[in-house]
Amino acid sequence: MSRMSLLALQLFVAVIALVLWQLLSTVPVFGKMLLPPFFFSTPVDVFSQVVDWISTGVIWKHLLITLWESILAFVIGSVAGVLIGFWFARQPRVAAVFDPYVKMVNALPRVVLGPIFTLWLGLGIWSKVALGVTLVFFIVFFNVYQGVKEVSTTVLDNGRMLGMNERQLMRHVYWPSALSWMFSSLHTSVGFAVVGAVVGEYLGSAAGLGYLIQQAEGTFDVAGVFAGMFVLAVFVILIDFAVTLVERRLLVWRPAGAEER
Amino acid sequence: MDAATPDAIALEDATVAFRVGDSKVYTAVEKAQLAVAHGEFVAIVGPTGCGKSTLLNVAAGLLRPASGAVRVFGQPLAGLNGEAGYLFQADALFPWKTALDNVAIGLDIAGAPRGDALRRAQDWLGSVGLGAFAGRYPHVLSGGQRKRVGLAQVLIRDPKILLMDEPFGPLDAQTRQIMGNLLLDLWSKDRKAVLFVTHDLEEAIALADRVVIMSAGPSARIIGDWRVPIGRPRDISEVRMQKEFHDLHREIWSVLRGEVMKGYAQSAQAGAA
Repeated sequence: MSRMSLLALQLFVAVIALVLWQLLSTVPVFGKMLLPPFFFSTPVDVFSQVVDWISTGVIWKHLLITLWESILAFVIGSVAGVLIGFWFARQPRVAAVFDPYVKMVNALPRVVLGPIFTLWLGLGIWSKVALGVTLVFFIVFFNVYQGVKEVSTTVLDNGRMLGMNERQLMRHVYWPSALSWMFSSLHTSVGFAVVGAVVGEYLGSAAGLGYLIQQAEGTFDVAGVFAGMFVLAVFVILIDFAVTLVERRLLVWRPAGAEER
Repeated sequence: MDAATPDAIALEDATVAFRVGDSKVYTAVEKAQLAVAHGEFVAIVGPTGCGKSTLLNVAAGLLRPASGAVRVFGQPLAGLNGEAGYLFQADALFPWKTALDNVAIGLDIAGAPRGDALRRAQDWLGSVGLGAFAGRYPHVLSGGQRKRVGLAQVLIRDPKILLMDEPFGPLDAQTRQIMGNLLLDLWSKDRKAVLFVTHDLEEAIALADRVVIMSAGPSARIIGDWRVPIGRPRDISEVRMQKEFHDLHREIWSVLRGEVMKGYAQSAQAGAA
């Protein structure tokens, strides 16, 4: 399928969905509204809400806060994940001791940590960052751990025979291998950074996209909820696009099709 | 050759054993006695799974023999064999480095200035016929091209000994011949000591000065040692037409054949057990 016709079909799906939504929520079928606007709002209302947010400029402040929280969560979680993943992979004894605890914490639904972080770190951005960090950390951690563990023994032996000492092996073999695994999970970890930020805001905050959605929900403003979701979706798509660009640049040496999503 | 010069590599009664499970010990190679003189090209041939690669790893210092000694230019080997370059059977290039960086790495880590290392790496890529592929990553190169990069990567450090573990095994027949000629060509310039492992008797005779035969494992031994009476320079494809080649091939094959059958029977048995 050509690029253009694919794009046309993709747009077609959106248009159909929106038109159906608009019709079912404004035109009664057999005297009954299938999608009562009170619960489902209408595309036109949602759209005008988004336009309103943009024209008054309210949305920028919230977007910026969510973006900032996501970036902080991603950076802190990634750095910690890389360092600890590396450390565990190189020190099997440490890894063995901590193994059950890592699994335990990872199995925990992160939402339950929200209230604790709010207690510890207050209602500001840091409780949201902390929630994002707990999500990002484990993804990066497991990938880096795997990346270091699964370095091909032949490549390692080759490095040794070429005269590399431990430090040079680290730099030329373990490190690139671990980073490539981390980058291959970039989409997931960036996505989770945003999830952490938004869920954190939703649980209790004074600003951000999650806050906006939660406020709208509190006043039965369904148009506001959908508008918040819409802005969030666009936000995530833009970030994902940026990640794709970065990834293409960083993983040029990878065979095409080997990238994981 | 100077008789006083010690052998480049000497394995003296080297036995290699692995621990299997809790108490069992698997002896891969038993009392191997093998010497490679300075400037000599020795090929080891044996049935699959006979421990040829194990022997090579011992010579490289990647494996310690359970008993016996390894000497490199007369000195007992402790740790890795720093005089040796090793061309592996499997892909051993660094996939995240370009061909040029892969070749330059040996100089980089030895502390050579970057510009100098890159210039010499480019020269080496030229001598293996890949001058135009410097910026490519390994995954876009063909199997033969990757082996060429590997060869340049090893030779740029100018090791005194070259260890090769079925380096052309995965390549197709034509590429193998081309690679064989390339190897002989590069080797003839400075005649390093070469220990070349292969399962292909024809390849061994065509390339080497001496062909060493190993018995089927476990507890594989060296059971034969032939000098190849063919002059140099050689062309791999032409050598195969010569009478000396056929005579030697017949002679060695009469010994090797039994071992190959034995090795095959053993692996079939192990598979059934």
